[in-house]
Formats: sequence, C-alpha cells, structure tokens
Amino acid sequence: MANGSIGRLLVVDDNKVNRLLLGRSLEQQGHTVEMAENGRLALEMLHARPFDLVLLDIEMPEMNGYQVLEKATTDLQLRDIPIIITSALEELDSVVRCIEMGAEDYLTKPVNPVLLKARIGASLEKKRLRDQQRELIRKFATSEVATDMETSGFALGGKFVEATAMFSDIRSFTTIAESQTPTETIELLNTYYTLMFEAISDQGGVVNQMVGDGLMAIFGAPLTQPDHCEHAVKAALDMIDMIQLLNADRLAQGKSEIRIGIGIASGQVIAGYTGTNRRATYTCVGDTVNLAARLESHTKVVGKPILIDGTTQSALGSTIKTEAEGLVQLKGKTVEVPVFSVPVDQKG
Amino acid sequence: MSISSVIDLPTFEALKESMGADFINELAQAYFDETPLLLAKLQQALARQDCDLFRQAAHSIKSTSNSFGALEFGTLAKELEMMGRAANLEGAPGKVGQLVADYSIVQKRLEELCHG
Repeated sequence: MANGSIGRLLVVDDNKVNRLLLGRSLEQQGHTVEMAENGRLALEMLHARPFDLVLLDIEMPEMNGYQVLEKATTDLQLRDIPIIITSALEELDSVVRCIEMGAEDYLTKPVNPVLLKARIGASLEKKRLRDQQRELIRKFATSEVATDMETSGFALGGKFVEATAMFSDIRSFTTIAESQTPTETIELLNTYYTLMFEAISDQGGVVNQMVGDGLMAIFGAPLTQPDHCEHAVKAALDMIDMIQLLNADRLAQGKSEIRIGIGIASGQVIAGYTGTNRRATYTCVGDTVNLAARLESHTKVVGKPILIDGTTQSALGSTIKTEAEGLVQLKGKTVEVPVFSVPVDQKG
Repeated sequence: MSISSVIDLPTFEALKESMGADFINELAQAYFDETPLLLAKLQQALARQDCDLFRQAAHSIKSTSNSFGALEFGTLAKELEMMGRAANLEGAPGKVGQLVADYSIVQKRLEELCHG
C-alpha cells in the first residue's frame, strides 16, 4: 500500500472473544492478522515471523502484557515493532505503566473500530518511517554503525558534534565520460563507489552523500569516534591506493587512468536527519563541512590529491606525514587558512 | 434478571452490523465456550481466596459480556472484579452465585438473537 497503513498484525489476548473481535475488525480494515492467546506464544511468533504491529492485552496467564513488553522492548530484533496496549478503561494505571515501559499507544476495550483504524494507521506510518531510516543507515553506514544506531535509537533532532568531514570526486570526470559509452561510465562509477565505500567504512566513516562522481563522508558522527581525524586521513590514503589498483586494471584494458581529489576538515558540525517523512538522510552541515568541500576543490589548484585543514593536521599522530602548503585564501572564506597536503606514498 | 432486557439490543445490533451476521455466530460460540470456563475459574479463585485470579476471571467475563450488550451481567462481573482488585472477597459468594445463575439467561437470550 502506498500509504503504508496496511500491515501484518499480531493480536495477543487470552480471551477468545476479544481476539476474534479485534482480529475481525482488523481484517475488515485490510490487515493480515495472526493471534496468540498468551505472552509466551506471542514472543515465539514474533521471533519466528516479521510483524508490523502488536496489539497486546495486559492480563494474561503464562506471561502477561508487562512481561511481553519488557522482553520486546529490550530485544534488538523486536524493539522496533510498535505495541499497542488493549485494556479496559479502569486499567488506566496499568496503561500508564505500559506507556512508560515503551508501549506505543493504547486502546480501551471494547475497541471502537474508527479509533482502532486511526491508531493502527498512525503507528504503522511511524514504523514505516523508522524502517526506512534504518534501511537508509544500513545502506550508508558500516554494519557496526547501523547496529549501534539502532541500539541507541534514532535521534531525529540536530546536534553539534565534533567530527571530520571528507569530500572526494573524480578529476575531469566529464572528459572521461565523453570518451566512453554510458554503460562504461556507470560501471566505472559503481566500481569507484564500491572501492571508496570500502575504504571509508573500514575506517569507521559514513558516506552520507553521493552526487555524480562526488561523495561526502563523515567520521566521528553519528557514532562518536575519538580519533576521527586520523581515521579520515587513513581512509583517504586507502582511497588513493584503491584508485591506483583500479588504474592498473584500467591501463591493462587500454583505458585512461582516473584521478581523485580529497578534501578533509575537522571541527564542530551540525549533524542530524534531514528530509521529509518520505525521504530522510543523515547529514552534517556547517563551516567545517564547507571547508572540506573547498579543500577538495583546491586539490586541482595545487595538483595534490589529499588536502587537509590545520585542525585535522594537528590531531594526527607522528605516523602520518604531512606537508605544509602555507596559508590559502579559499573561496567563501574571509581569512586565509593553513592548508596541509598528505603525501600518498607513505605507507609501507 | 428478565430475559427480554438481558441483552441491550442497540449494542448487540451494532456489533452484528460491524462484524457481519455470519461472524456473530462464531463470536457467540467462542463466548459460550469460554464463559463457563471463566465462571469455573471464578468459583475456584473464590474457594482459594485468590484475589488476583478472581479479578482476572471477573475482568474477562465483564469485557466480553459488555461486547455483546449483556450490560447488566457485565456490571455484576465488574463489581466482582472490583472486589478482587480491593482484595476483599467478603460479599463475593452471593454475587458469584448470582452471576452463574444469570449466565444461563444470558446464553439463552444470546442464542435466540443470533439465530432469530
């Protein structure tokens, strides 16, 4: 369904009449419904098959609603399934307890079909959005980052974080694209992205933007990484290594070499999710990000593939060599900033 | 409890309307299957002075009975539920006896309505 309001639902109630009543109403609204008569069975079913939402009774033998909630909200596999408590009106204190334990919403029995539809629709929509965000994170982050973000939850609001921003793109890509077939160009881009993602992910970075032949990556956010400056520079060196391997392959096939430029800057960035409820992405903005983009452009001017700012350079240990490029007036900056290049042939 | 007023007709008709005439029979059958078990559980809980079990059984009877429009019956079950909640079953034996007796009237009337 385009609106995402139809789902696979689990009704948990020890009372058969209640189960049938709820199940029937939900089926009439187009949902696929399965039923469990106690909490233990419900958890078994939740582990066995994917569900979009659970309607949970509180009073049940074997395992009651509280116990199910406790298990489900602390289980990584189940914690994102919304749970709606179905209760009698006089159980309001119990409902409060359930909401505090992590239940998404509650409905009083006997359930009003109109209210049922509205609440289920809203919960499914929220779940759909969360699923989409998780999917996005999975695509753009390492599995460690994605898992960690799922554990810590998705903070939708923006915040200031200390991080390193990286921009990279292919030099003279338009010329390359004009000299080969469109299929070859897309193939090249896919190979390029695969290699760059690997280098960045290996160092704990997250690629959060890809535009044409360029990409932006963040180190130190969303996951805190104490030595994000060093990781970013190491990733840049790995990227250059990988491009050299790719070029050896391309030369063997009689194709032209490609070159990339990388700009890196560190400092405070504003990080968070941006977009709409249909499409959202994790992104970082701020002066640090702009500086990284300017440095990437500046690689063309100095003819060196990796340029970093002073903050990144001062955070590097002695293991990585850098060369001062002096103070540079970058576009959009009011003052000159110290720029350093990173020689690419320094690894053993 | 008089047989004609035992089921609140507007509630019952609304349920039948929203669930469908076929389904109401299935639903009533589930009610006929479950309620005697719940009544037995209620009596058992009373004998053992198990207030928690007593409250649960009364709660279940109340919620399903109200769904069918057995409102008076449901109110009696609710009184019992409250006794269980307050952990005081002093006045319960008489009311449990009445609930068991009333159930046969509820069942009879509900059967009539479903097949009538």
